[in-house]
Amino acid sequence: MSHDTLNPEVMPSEPEKATLEGKNKFLGFWFFLGGETVLFASLFGTYLALRNSNNGGPTSEELFGLELVFVMTMLLLTSSLTSVYAMYHMKNNDFRKMQIWLGITVALGLGFLGFEIYEFYHYIHHYEFTFRSSAFGSAFYTLVGFHGGHVLFGLLWIITIMARNAKRGLNLYNAPKFYIASLYWHFIDVVWVFIFTVVYLMGVI
Amino acid sequence: MSTTTAQRTGFGAVLWDYLTTVDHKKIGILYLISGGFFFLIGGLEAMAIRIQLIKPENDFVSAGFYNEILTMHGTTMIFLAAMPLIFALMNAVVPLQIGARDVAFPFLNSLGFWLFLFGGLLLNASWFLGGAPDAGWTAYAPLSTTSPGHGVDFYILGLQISGAGTLIAGINFLVTIVNMRAPGMTYMRLPLFTWTTFVVSALILFAFPALTVGLFLLMFDRLFGSGFFNANMGGNSVIWEHLFWIFGHPEVYILILPAFGVFSEVLPTFAKKRLFGYTAMVFATVLIGFLGFMVWAHHMFTVGLGPAANSIFAVATMAIAVPTGIKIFNWLFTLWGGNIQINSAMLWSLSFIPTFTLGGMTGVMLAAAAADYQYHDTYFVVAHFHYVIVGGVVFGIFAGLHYWWPRMFGKILNETLGKITFWTFFIGFHLTFFIQHFLGLMGMPRRYWVFLADQGLDTGNFISTIGAFLMAVGTIVFLINVIVTTSKGEKVSGDPWDGRTLEWAIPNPTPHYNFKQTPLVRGLDALWVEKTEGRKEMTPAEPLDDIHMPNASILPFIMSLGLFIAGFGFIYQIDNISWLLAVFIGMGITLGAMFVRSVKDDLGHHIHKEDLDKGAGL
Repeated sequence: MSHDTLNPEVMPSEPEKATLEGKNKFLGFWFFLGGETVLFASLFGTYLALRNSNNGGPTSEELFGLELVFVMTMLLLTSSLTSVYAMYHMKNNDFRKMQIWLGITVALGLGFLGFEIYEFYHYIHHYEFTFRSSAFGSAFYTLVGFHGGHVLFGLLWIITIMARNAKRGLNLYNAPKFYIASLYWHFIDVVWVFIFTVVYLMGVI
Repeated sequence: MSTTTAQRTGFGAVLWDYLTTVDHKKIGILYLISGGFFFLIGGLEAMAIRIQLIKPENDFVSAGFYNEILTMHGTTMIFLAAMPLIFALMNAVVPLQIGARDVAFPFLNSLGFWLFLFGGLLLNASWFLGGAPDAGWTAYAPLSTTSPGHGVDFYILGLQISGAGTLIAGINFLVTIVNMRAPGMTYMRLPLFTWTTFVVSALILFAFPALTVGLFLLMFDRLFGSGFFNANMGGNSVIWEHLFWIFGHPEVYILILPAFGVFSEVLPTFAKKRLFGYTAMVFATVLIGFLGFMVWAHHMFTVGLGPAANSIFAVATMAIAVPTGIKIFNWLFTLWGGNIQINSAMLWSLSFIPTFTLGGMTGVMLAAAAADYQYHDTYFVVAHFHYVIVGGVVFGIFAGLHYWWPRMFGKILNETLGKITFWTFFIGFHLTFFIQHFLGLMGMPRRYWVFLADQGLDTGNFISTIGAFLMAVGTIVFLINVIVTTSKGEKVSGDPWDGRTLEWAIPNPTPHYNFKQTPLVRGLDALWVEKTEGRKEMTPAEPLDDIHMPNASILPFIMSLGLFIAGFGFIYQIDNISWLLAVFIGMGITLGAMFVRSVKDDLGHHIHKEDLDKGAGL
């Protein structure tokens, strides 16, 4: 093969799709996100069926405070925007700026996760609302917890590839990895928009 | 990155080769061996069921054990036998049919296999660890949530792990078929087996996550005290039925469509005609795949969803008969006026048409919601789904194995033994299941471990059991055939059937890199196009060059092993909290292997063109 994926002479404008492996990853990851959509759709369906089954415990109106959730939403939406900036700099082959924006993305994601942990702690200790207290509790912690688990995995993933490639910069081998990690991050964000609407907004109205 | 063609021999080397292989041909063989193994286990369970039911109030097995073998028969046959055997054919054939050197994600291909195998082993480990799952293959809550012991936990964790493998395999084939086609291989030139693989992979992608969620919820209810299906906590057990069948109904199309693909390859080859109505066949395949998602509630007619829901799902279900009917007629018209050659592959294909049509007709009967109240949970249903799954899927797998055996192993299966297999299995099958329609209509419920004498059920059940023995004989003869062919069979050319599609354009044995030069596809039935113009080989689409191949890796095995260990931890932590250690160790192994995979560059290697003539990669 003529070109060297690790040390390309020129970086193309779309380095994530410049090799066959990159194209495969790109397409395969979109398919994977299709499957993830069904996964979350199933969890949303379950939640909608059980959200009023509070079994005498606290209801969603009593639990949810929109202030905290609004801050969390802003953090995660902003992190999606910063990951777009990172991909913009990847396409311009500016590795340093890409790393900076990815770092900001990670920081915002960590902030989100911290608030979510606080939120769960608050429900458990002030309302004794747990995974085991009612079908509503089970459905709530499963749906939101699955999302939180995805956020955690996404953060570990982005940190791993940032650290792995910190010294060698961009090439045609790692560009698809950065790109699909950012796709994953956008997906997490989109799921959160639905959680914000279906769980929290519909929960207090 | 350098070329390694060093040939090591000996058992250890072969074992290591298969543990680390990312070659789709070898992974196909691994799927075949393990799927065949589970098929035999599932068959033994079937025999135990039929022996128990040979006479009224038999005591061959206890009631509890009957529940276990019944559950495990269904679960094993669907998830651990039919699925992997189909994946065996897909892996062996699809990359060759599209002119590719491997699948899009060879590493993930290996991971998918090992996840399936370790999931299957975990599920079957339950036999030795206090009893197998006993809540039916559908594991309806609350029966499954309240089932004592750990049987159902093994079901949950085993299927969760093997299901992840299936999902990975599905994504892999989707990307392979989109991105890896040879020049000129447009979508409307894809062989029909590749088309069905494509549609089935999409079904897997959108169906399996529903099972994943269902199994998680069941696991949380059983092992972590949640209340999804527990009415005392406000839960609703019908949610399980919806999630299970949103997966479960597409699953039956996941099984049958590849079999349709096999017949669509075998019939044209041995009728010496191109497939009749290729475009309609593709359209029908896609339509069946689409409608397959719209009909899950026909399994739940008696739940009480209401007349509106039942009517909608009844009509949608009946609609599937239309594209399926199109296929049946297209196969018949393919045969019409053809120069038909009868051999084992062809016998399975020809017998499939009437057998499957019978199963389809009872399917339409069951789709009538009002009538279903009478059929529901009787042997009529058992007869119906065995007619479509055995008469469709198993016949398809047998046809495919006889057809592609020379491609996979370089030898043609013995014809005499093949015909003995066919006739014993075919007659045994109809003997076993035809009578069950009438047993069901007479009111015999499914899943009961005994029936009473003098209810008009004695003779029918006796005949059914005799038929099961004939099927067992047919299976044993097939195993003998495999041994005889492997030891005594003669090597054949790369194109023993005078084939039409690209997989027959390759020498025997198939080189590691499949195609020395990527072929140029100039029409439907690419090899046949060349043959009609007097050429014996494909026209190459590229000059001879270095060939890029993926590296072998042990990581998929390690990742799957980690989940296997973690599975035991999840199951037993409810008895003793220290088992959480196994969860951490197992997940640590898996996540650690994923970390290594992420940070360690894997660029594959090249086979240099100078080495190709010296036999590199053969």
